[in-house]
Amino acid sequence: MKIGIPREVYPAENRVAASPDSVRLLIKLGFSVIVESGAGSESQFLDAHYQEAGAEIVPDAASVWGTADIIFKVRAPMVHPKTNKNEAELLRKGTTLVSFIWPAQNKELMDLLASKGVNVLAMDSVPRISRAQKLDALSSMANIAGYRAVVEAAHAFGRFFTGQVTAAGKVPPAKVFVIGAGVAGLAAIGAASGLGAIVRASDTRPEVKDQVKSMGAEFVQPQYEEEGTGVGGYAKVMSEAYQKAQLEMFAKQALDVDIIITTALIPGKPAPKLITKAMVESMKPGSVIVDLAAEQGGNCEFTVPGQKVVHNNVTIIGYTDLPSRLARQASNLYSTNLVRLTEELCKTKDGVININFDDEVIRGTTVIKEGEITWPPPPPRLSAAPAKPAQAAAPVPEAKKGGHGHGPGAPASALAVTVQGLVLAAIFGLVGYGAPTSFLNHFTVFVLACFIGYMVIWNVTPALHTPLMSVTNAISSIIVIGALIQISSPGFVITLLAGLAIALTAVNMFGGFWVTQRMLRMFQK
Amino acid sequence: MKVEMMTVAYIGATILFILSLGGLSNPETSRRGNLFGIIGMTIAVVATLMGPKITGVGNFVNIMIAMGIGATVGIIAAMRVQMTQMPELVALMHSLVGLAACLVGFANFIDPSPTTFTAAEKTIHEVEIYVGILIGAVTFSGSLIAFGKLSGKIGGSPLLLPARHFLNLLLLIGVILVGRWFLHAESISEGMLPLLIMTVISLLFGVHMVMAIGGADMPVVVSMLNSYSGWAASATGFMLSNDLLIVVGALVGSSGAILSYIMCRAMNRHFVSVIAGGFGTGTGKSPAKGDAAAPQGEVQPVSAAETAELLRNSESVIIVPGYGMAVAQAQHTVCEITKILRDKGIKVRFGIHPVAGRMPGHMNVLLAEARVPYDIVFEMDELNDDFPNTDVSMVIGANDIVNPAAQDDPDSPIAGMPVLEVWKAKTSIVMKRSMASGYAGVDNPLFYKENNKMLFGDAKKMLDEVLINLSK
Repeated sequence: MKIGIPREVYPAENRVAASPDSVRLLIKLGFSVIVESGAGSESQFLDAHYQEAGAEIVPDAASVWGTADIIFKVRAPMVHPKTNKNEAELLRKGTTLVSFIWPAQNKELMDLLASKGVNVLAMDSVPRISRAQKLDALSSMANIAGYRAVVEAAHAFGRFFTGQVTAAGKVPPAKVFVIGAGVAGLAAIGAASGLGAIVRASDTRPEVKDQVKSMGAEFVQPQYEEEGTGVGGYAKVMSEAYQKAQLEMFAKQALDVDIIITTALIPGKPAPKLITKAMVESMKPGSVIVDLAAEQGGNCEFTVPGQKVVHNNVTIIGYTDLPSRLARQASNLYSTNLVRLTEELCKTKDGVININFDDEVIRGTTVIKEGEITWPPPPPRLSAAPAKPAQAAAPVPEAKKGGHGHGPGAPASALAVTVQGLVLAAIFGLVGYGAPTSFLNHFTVFVLACFIGYMVIWNVTPALHTPLMSVTNAISSIIVIGALIQISSPGFVITLLAGLAIALTAVNMFGGFWVTQRMLRMFQK
Repeated sequence: MKVEMMTVAYIGATILFILSLGGLSNPETSRRGNLFGIIGMTIAVVATLMGPKITGVGNFVNIMIAMGIGATVGIIAAMRVQMTQMPELVALMHSLVGLAACLVGFANFIDPSPTTFTAAEKTIHEVEIYVGILIGAVTFSGSLIAFGKLSGKIGGSPLLLPARHFLNLLLLIGVILVGRWFLHAESISEGMLPLLIMTVISLLFGVHMVMAIGGADMPVVVSMLNSYSGWAASATGFMLSNDLLIVVGALVGSSGAILSYIMCRAMNRHFVSVIAGGFGTGTGKSPAKGDAAAPQGEVQPVSAAETAELLRNSESVIIVPGYGMAVAQAQHTVCEITKILRDKGIKVRFGIHPVAGRMPGHMNVLLAEARVPYDIVFEMDELNDDFPNTDVSMVIGANDIVNPAAQDDPDSPIAGMPVLEVWKAKTSIVMKRSMASGYAGVDNPLFYKENNKMLFGDAKKMLDEVLINLSK
C-alpha cells in the first residue's frame, strides 16, 4: 500500500508526519511512500533526503491525497488555503487517515470524514496503557512542549536561571513552579532544573511525588487530603474544599516564584483556572507564566491562546504551537510514533494494514472505520499506577535481622514469640533439672558460642559468603582434635578409626584454608 | 604440656577463630581473617599433640602419616579446583567432616579406657555419642548427594518418593526407638548393633533429604550442610568434654544456619518447605492455571553486534549474572567487556542476587576470579532502585531472579521472592540459550516486555562476539 505525506497547511505549522528515517522503516515494512514536495522543509528535511530514503516526491497536495492509500498527517484536516477546499474532501473512499483529530472538539469534521467512507485513526485517542506508550504521540509532543515552555520562559525572563556569585555581584537562582506533573510537567521540571533553577512542582495525584523528586524538583501539596488519580493516568476534578486549599497554596507560591509553568488538563473539559488575576498581579515584576493548557482555555485567567501578553510587568505566554517551535525534534518523534503504529497495524510486514478491533490499542485509536464513527471507544482499563500502592504492600515486609536462625522473613506474632519463649524455657528447665554439672558447663559454653556466632556472621558481607563457607569448612576440621585425643587409646580398631578421621580432616583443614586464601586473593578493588 | 596450658592454648585458638570469621566482614580484612584461622588451627593442633593424651612415638608417626596424606590430597584439590566448581568442593568437604565425626564417635564408643562417670553422666555421654554419629552420618550422606547433584553426576530435579514425609517420620521414629535400645545396652558389643542400625538409618535419611531438593534450592542445601558439619563438631565436643570443639562447632553451625536463613529469605520461601523438598509441590500449582497466566507478546531477538551497539551508546549499564555464566565459564569475557566499557567512561555495575548460582556468594567469587573490582559489584538491595536510571541491563544466564512475575503475579510459584528489577532499565538484554524456563519452571514475562531483547546462544560465545564488536 502507498503511504502519502502531505505538507501541513495550518499556519506556522512546522512539523511533518514522516522523517527520512521513518520513511526507511516504512519501506522496510513493505509500504511505498510519496511525499509532497517541501513537506519537510520547515523541519529541515529536504526533498533530496526523502528521495535518498526511498520516497517518491510529488509536486502538490492533490497528487498525494489522490493516489495514496494511507495518509499520515500531523494536524487534523482543514480547509486548504490555496484551493479553499477541505483536505478531507480529497480523501478517496476506502483510504485511511492517521493524524491528530480531537473528535470531541471537532464534531463537524468527524461527520465529514464519516461521509467519505474512510478509516480514521486519531493519534490523540491512543489508549494510555503501557503497551501503547511507544505510539503515544500526545506524550512525545507533551515532552517537547514541556521543554520548549522552559526555553520560552527563559527567553522572556530577564535573568539567569542558575544562581551565581560573580565579581559583579551575586545572582540569585530563578524559582520555577510547575503545576501538573504529567509528561509535559516532568519535562519542564527536568529542563528547568537542568538550567540551574530551583524547581517546585505540584500535582493532585500523590503517586507522581517520587517522579517529581527524581527529576530534581521539590513536591509541594496543599494541606488537604484527597486522592486525585482518575482513569487512564489523568487527573480528575477535585472537591471544592480541595480546590480552595490548592488555590491558597498557588497564591503563596505566586508571591515567591519567578516563573510558573502550568500544564493542568482534565480530559474532555476546559482547563481549570488555577492562576487568578489577583495571583498574577501579586507576582514580582519580570515574572513569566507559560500556560501549556492555552489551547483548552488556559490555566491562567490572563492567558490569550496563541499569544504572548504582558500584564502588570508579568509576561503570560499562551503559545499553542510549542511542539511546532521545535519542529525537527517533534517531527522525528511523531514520525517514530507513526512507524510504531504502522507496525501494530501491519504485523505481517507485507505492506498491507489490518485494522484489527480485537487489539485494544488499535480499537482505541480508530475513531472512524469504513465510514462509521467508532468513537468513543470502550473505556480503557484502569492504568497500573493507581493499583500500585496495594501491590507494593503485598510483598513480605523486609525481614528483621533478629529472630531465630531459620524461619521465614515475616516478623513473628506476639503469640508465636511467647510460645517459642515458653518452649525454650521448658527445654532449659529440663536440662537444668536432669543434667549433671559437668554437662551444664559445656552447655553454657555451647549456648554462648552460638550467640557469638550469630553476632559475628551477620556482619559478614554477602560478597564473601563463599569464602565464609569454605573457611568455616576448614575450621570445622577442628574435629581432628577428637581424633588426636583418641589415637593413643588401646586397640587397633580405635587407632585405625582415629587415623582415618585425622586423614579426612586434614584434607579439609589444608584444602579449606588453601582454597579460601586463593579465593580471597582474588577480591581486589 | 600441662592440661592447664592446653586449656589456655584452646582459648587462644577460639578467639582466633572468632576473629577469623569477623574478618570476613570486609574483603580488605578477609585475608587477615583467614590467616587468623590458620594460626588458630595450628595452635589447637600443636597444643593437643603436646598434651598428655597422646603417648608413644608410634602414634606420632601414625598422626604424621595420616596428616601428610590428607594435607597432600587437600592442597592438590584446592589448587586444581575451578572457581565454578567451588560448590562441589565445599559439598565434598562437608561430607568429610561428617564422616570424621562418625569415625570419632565410633572410636569413642569402643574406647575401653576406664571412666569415672556417674549414672546420669553415662547416659548423657551415650546420648552425645548417639547424636554425634547421627548428625555426622546425615551430613556425610547428604553432602555426598549434594556433591553428586552439583557436579551433574546425579540429575538436578527433585526425586519425590510417594509419601516421603511419612517416610521421614518413620525414619525419625526408628532412630528414637533404636536410641532407647542403645541406651539400655549393657556392654559395648551389645550397643554396637543398634548404633550401626541407627547409622544406616541416618545415612538413608541424608540421601533421601537431599535427593528431594531441586537444583535451584542448592544454595540452601549447601549452607544447611555447612551448618550440620558444625553441629557435628559440636556434638563431638560434648562427647569428648572438649570446649574448643563445642565452641568452634557452634560458630560454624550458626554460620551455616544464618546463611540458610538468608538464602531462604532471598527466595521468599520457608526453611521447612525447602527442606521438605520439591519446588512448588507443597502449593500444588495446577498447570492449567499457569497456561492462563502465560505472558503474551513477542520476543525480540537481538544480535551480538546490536548488543555491542546498545552497550556502546549507553551511559550506565548493570550486568546481572546467573548460574548460566558459571556454566559457560564466561566471567573472563564479561570482565573484558566491563573493562572496555569503563574505559569509554560508561558506568558499569554488577547486580548479584543472593541465590544466583549454586552456593551463597558464588557469583562474587567468579567475578573476583575474573578480576572484576569488587567495588562495582553490588547486592540486590543496593542496586534495585537504580534500574530506572540505567540505560542497559544485561542478564547473563539468569532467569528466576529477574522474573517480574514474582512481583506482579500473586499466583506465581515464586510470588513474593525478591527479584532484580532489570525491566525498569531503558533496555534489558537477556542472554539465554533458549526460551526454556528456569529452575522454578515458571515462564518469565520479562522476555515479552517491550523494552526487552533476547540474545540467544551460549553465553560465552555470544559475549565473545559482543566483545569483538565492542573492540572494533
